[in-house]
Amino acid sequence: MSRQIECQKVTDAVALLCQQANMELSPDIQHALEAARRSEPSPAGQAILEDLIENAALARQKRLAICQDTGMAVVFVRIGQEVQVVGGSLTEAIHAGVAKGYREGYLRASVVADPLLRVNTGDNTPAVIHYDIVPGDELEITVAPKGFGSENMSAVKMFSPSAGIEGVRQFILDTIRAAGPNPCPPIIVGVGLGGTLEKVTELAKEALLRPVGSANPKPHLHQLEQELLAAANATGIGPGGLGGRMTALAIHVEAYPTHIAGLPVAVNMSCHATRHASLNL
Amino acid sequence: MERIHLKLPLDRETVLSLTAGDLLSLSGVLYTARDAAHKRLIEALDQNQPLPLELSGQTLYYAGPCPARPGFPVGSAGPTTSGRMDAYAPRLIEKGLVGMIGKGARSPEVIAAMKQYGAIYLGATGGAGALLAQRIKKAEVIAYDDLGAEAIRRLEVEDFPVVVLIDTRGNNLYESGPAAWAGPVASEPSAGVK
Repeated sequence: MSRQIECQKVTDAVALLCQQANMELSPDIQHALEAARRSEPSPAGQAILEDLIENAALARQKRLAICQDTGMAVVFVRIGQEVQVVGGSLTEAIHAGVAKGYREGYLRASVVADPLLRVNTGDNTPAVIHYDIVPGDELEITVAPKGFGSENMSAVKMFSPSAGIEGVRQFILDTIRAAGPNPCPPIIVGVGLGGTLEKVTELAKEALLRPVGSANPKPHLHQLEQELLAAANATGIGPGGLGGRMTALAIHVEAYPTHIAGLPVAVNMSCHATRHASLNL
Repeated sequence: MERIHLKLPLDRETVLSLTAGDLLSLSGVLYTARDAAHKRLIEALDQNQPLPLELSGQTLYYAGPCPARPGFPVGSAGPTTSGRMDAYAPRLIEKGLVGMIGKGARSPEVIAAMKQYGAIYLGATGGAGALLAQRIKKAEVIAYDDLGAEAIRRLEVEDFPVVVLIDTRGNNLYESGPAAWAGPVASEPSAGVK
């Protein structure tokens, strides 16, 4: 038996999620900011964290974007194999939802139609859409607007297996150090390990969707997460890059099987405004 | 530390007296300009065309605000990453620009121009666009309207909070700040949700 879902419902859901994600900082990040404020010994760092906490409250209350860089809309769709989308194209319905959400929410249009010609599309479309087909009859949509202050500081490297965990660790920390103040610390870092070139970057992006501070279920990966977090917070970069201990709120690692010849690593940098909102249709 | 209240536009003498780490509160007129507007300004200079604003003595805010809701002057309006303007900034400093507001590191070329001509680099809190928008009282597009968020806007600000990131002698808060705090954290990191 298949279950029918109207395209218009998808468009409306995406529009709602774009606004929710951009205006309402998720509770996990809110708590992480407050915990960081309690732990941060540097006065300059404390002041930045206080600004961010106040900013999030104001954004929620006045329906303003947490950050003016309302990002490129990254949309993750988990579509049950028993779902039939009717009334048009699912992909077009998602793009239409992004246009509607950004227009009605007074969110900034930050997308250019061509990376070289650079003319703004005016409605923040197109989105970057990732589809996953799963069992069942539900359609789950996650909208994760991604700002480019941090996206630009991201990096990917195809290591040889001989680089090992040391090579991986070094690369991640070098990326964090090189980013310095640019990605608006305190940062959240998504790390992908394994797969292929495109798979590893997707893993890094998906790692950003995990609740901040959650542990990878595999002990060796969680240990890596904890070691990386401690090392990031020992860089001294601190909130705003002004010096302090709370450089990163979380580092999440996700892994996938890979080739006998490879050890791909991707580091997706994100700021405290690691926005995502989900809905199940 | 007490904030130093300053009127915009800044005068050169004041700019020369500021030190990295100083907290300022700015009131007066600023102009927004980011990537695409910078590119056009430089193209205009290359072709000996007049600029849409008199740069001399002015301060640019590297920002592209969100659209304003009805009844408000502007939407969220925090700083963007300044480094993307590094290719253009020395030219504008040479033309008399005295202040830049943004976030993130600057190139040695920009810092050299700041030292040579006496310009200052100021930081607003990155990621606090909703908060900073409260200090913007008026906003008006004065050039390059077709660029949308990247158009040049004339902003009237009141008590706009910034910190001196790099002063006219080249002192850099992004170097001195982190150097003072680098080193292993004694206690278990506890930023996440437990």
